[in-house]
Amino acid sequence: MSMDRRQFLKIAGSSTFLATIGIGAGWILSKPGDFLEASQFSQTKELLNAKQWAMVVDTRKFKTEEDYKKVVDACHRIHNVPNFDNPKDEVKWIWTDTYKHAFPGQENEFMPEQMKHKPFVLLCNHCENPPCVRVCPTKATFKRKDGITMQDLHRCIGCRYCMAACPFGARSFNYRDPRPFIKEPNPEYPSRMIGVVEKCTFCEERLAKGQMPACVEASNGALVFGDIADPKSEIRKILETNYTIRRKAELGTRPSVYYILEIPTSDISGGDSNA
Amino acid sequence: MLEKALVGSKRYWTWIFFLLAVVGIGFITYLQQFKMGLGITGLSRDVSWGLYIGQFTFLVGVAASAVMLVIPYYLHDFKKFSKIVILGEFLAVSAVTMCILFIFVDMGQPMRIMNVVLHPTPNSIMFWDSVVLGGYLGLNIIIGWATLHADKKGVKPAAWVKPLIYLSIPWAVSIHTVTAFLYAGLPGRHFWLSAIMAARFLASAFAGGPALLIILALIVRKFTKFDPGKEAIQAISKIVTYAMIANVFFLVLEIFTAAYSTIPGHTHPFKYLYFGLEGHARLVPLMWTSSILAIVSLVLLIFPAIRRNESMLALACIALFVSLWIDKGFGLIIGGFVPNMFEKVTEYWPTAPEALITIGVWGVGFLVLTILYKVAVSVREETAGVELEH
Repeated sequence: MSMDRRQFLKIAGSSTFLATIGIGAGWILSKPGDFLEASQFSQTKELLNAKQWAMVVDTRKFKTEEDYKKVVDACHRIHNVPNFDNPKDEVKWIWTDTYKHAFPGQENEFMPEQMKHKPFVLLCNHCENPPCVRVCPTKATFKRKDGITMQDLHRCIGCRYCMAACPFGARSFNYRDPRPFIKEPNPEYPSRMIGVVEKCTFCEERLAKGQMPACVEASNGALVFGDIADPKSEIRKILETNYTIRRKAELGTRPSVYYILEIPTSDISGGDSNA
Repeated sequence: MLEKALVGSKRYWTWIFFLLAVVGIGFITYLQQFKMGLGITGLSRDVSWGLYIGQFTFLVGVAASAVMLVIPYYLHDFKKFSKIVILGEFLAVSAVTMCILFIFVDMGQPMRIMNVVLHPTPNSIMFWDSVVLGGYLGLNIIIGWATLHADKKGVKPAAWVKPLIYLSIPWAVSIHTVTAFLYAGLPGRHFWLSAIMAARFLASAFAGGPALLIILALIVRKFTKFDPGKEAIQAISKIVTYAMIANVFFLVLEIFTAAYSTIPGHTHPFKYLYFGLEGHARLVPLMWTSSILAIVSLVLLIFPAIRRNESMLALACIALFVSLWIDKGFGLIIGGFVPNMFEKVTEYWPTAPEALITIGVWGVGFLVLTILYKVAVSVREETAGVELEH
């Protein structure tokens, strides 16, 4: 059978086309199970289990600068968080800011001075409805069964969509190679590479070993950590007996970090009224 | 047909080598970024998208604008567009190519780009954006090539091209709608959280893209024997005029909602862009330049007597293109990040390497455009005088 050039090209072209379709269809039809998601890895025996991990920040117990520093350092040291001394490239997992910036729109100019200037501990809120997870194009950031908003740093493509989506500014991008800027590297925890996004993980590596998050351990009871889905948990008792607020709760992301405020009050004069 | 891009005048080759040099400089600079990371750009923890993503957004609009020629020609049988429609389709190919490159150079881990395909994530708008952009690129290459090939032979395009052309119309709308959705659905980014975002994107696209096309058509006519048609250019100028009016109208709607409600989250980005916020005013001169150019272009376009003068029309199109380039390719992205999530102002300005990489990507776009236009023009020069019918 003879074949002219035109026929050959037709057959070659259409078979390439069909092969492409076939490979594409194979990918689409392949079951989700074909890809092992990071959330499917088996967990250790010692694991502290929960449905939704949450944290209460008792701001009344943060008194001195040292109280904040201990908490921030504990986290940044064990997680190999670099220090660039440069706000542009900054990487941070837990940090502090004033009321006005932590709870924008809630401040008023006449509030007690001590409250205006008091630092508030800020970190990833591990939202129950996280926008960062919703926007991630590769499932590199995902919600674990225990409520932790986690990321797979080996899958992250560095598009920074999650940074645009997070209303809490919780995410940092490795604009530069972080390794030369880690003061005392902790060999027990991986350092990151250039070009990926990272943030607080609620110390999932410590929870897996039955330990509390590092910041909680360093906080002398100022940070309380527990399963908010468990009605008998300590954190639930605290939430039931204290007035707490969350950052930007109106956005509907359902943050899992709650704040107990130190509310200075005074007897309001004219106390002989009926009230 | 591609062989036609390999023969050309001295001027053609000078232009090609100039573009190759621009691309080369951009590429070498990109290698530096690849090694050092995005730290060599002006991007920061607070302003995490900048010039690259702005250019991407702007160019999606340029790509989508081809539909403004396809609709009149293929749906309304507007014969005057018969020669120019191919220029629109090939412009779309060039624009989408640049879009993909801008996304690529913006990535922290570009070697992992296939993760978007390997782990398809339908809840991410970015996933859908890659799907619609890839599809649009394919559609325009196939349609442009098939129709041009048919013209070369003096026959009608194959029957299977028509359905693809019809498909390309809603597809063009989809690429810019999905791109707007990248921004318009993020809680906490008040500047972007606007239902009119996609409509505004389309209006600016249908103004900016065809304006660029008019400029390109005038250049093609000046330097080649191929005439896209005076009446075609005039018809496009009307499209540009209406679309620009709609675009400015939509911007005014945004400003009204922010200014009259006085809700801080909504007003702050506008204040930052047009007046400066807390003493930070780096974008103010740019944004007013954009506004003034928008008004200038509208004055020149709205009066028929002025826009019929092709020199004035060219001037109007350049003013309009620059205005939209600033507004959408820069201000729109930065405004979403300033002030940041803590109501603090961190400013952004591109660095020299970032600018060189950006110019390099535009160089690739112009290279693709030049080659495709060279092919189209050569074919058309050969078939000059033959009435085309699709």
